[in-house]
Amino acid sequence: MIGLVDYLLVSAALFAIGVYGLVTKRNAMRLVFSVEIMINAANINFIAFNRYLFQDALGETIVLFSIALAAAEAAVILAIVVVAYRIHDDVDVSELKSLEG
Amino acid sequence: MVDLTDLAFYAMLVVTISGAVAALEAREIIYGAIGLAFSFFGVAGLFFLLDAPFVAVFQITVYIGAVAVLILFTVMLVREGRWMRDSPGRVGKLAGILTAFALGLSLILAFLASKQLPSAEQNLPAGFNLIYIGQLISGPDAPVLEILAMVLAASILGAMMLAKVDREDAP
Repeated sequence: MIGLVDYLLVSAALFAIGVYGLVTKRNAMRLVFSVEIMINAANINFIAFNRYLFQDALGETIVLFSIALAAAEAAVILAIVVVAYRIHDDVDVSELKSLEG
Repeated sequence: MVDLTDLAFYAMLVVTISGAVAALEAREIIYGAIGLAFSFFGVAGLFFLLDAPFVAVFQITVYIGAVAVLILFTVMLVREGRWMRDSPGRVGKLAGILTAFALGLSLILAFLASKQLPSAEQNLPAGFNLIYIGQLISGPDAPVLEILAMVLAASILGAMMLAKVDREDAP
């Protein structure tokens, strides 16, 4: 039988994949991918705990808000990527040093 | 005997994990974006299996319908020859793999060692109640909904202002 722990393991694996991307990749788009994957892992945790431990709808409501917030965040990040590409002709985050003090 | 729900769980597990790996490791970044969409779809399937169909449909409409399409558009706008340069070298890759492995292993061990979690599925009451979500959103969580609407509007306006091309400066 599939229980709560199985869903938690899936979420842990997804989160680890996201962390791997954040550490190794230098391409801004790949970093966006990593952040989205990690947000999805957190959402799986919310829904799984809500289903197996509490059985009300509070966790689902929180995930609805989280998904909407992630969409807003993705829009802003992608606009920043487009601007960085237009200014620097590059999306390598180690080359974007305009704000470096 | 194989339970059909377990089979669906494993299928969604494969789709989710392989989609996430493809998103980060595909050679062309546009294939990575498509892999990311597959990963979102697998997560939506997991939500279905967890008796949360409303959240699953929301995930499909927002993530696959909006975010994945937005990412695809951005990738097509920004695609260039040297844009794929994201190899951090062997040491950086090894460090990333070690970090991810340590983190994932510690999380998995913590989950497996916990005594608080129910180990297998006991007889759960019917989980899904759309009316309760509606009551929460329109009742105690109504201010959150309003603030979220403002955040969405502000972020869309900010994104438009950021990405706007000035006609005079354009070559």
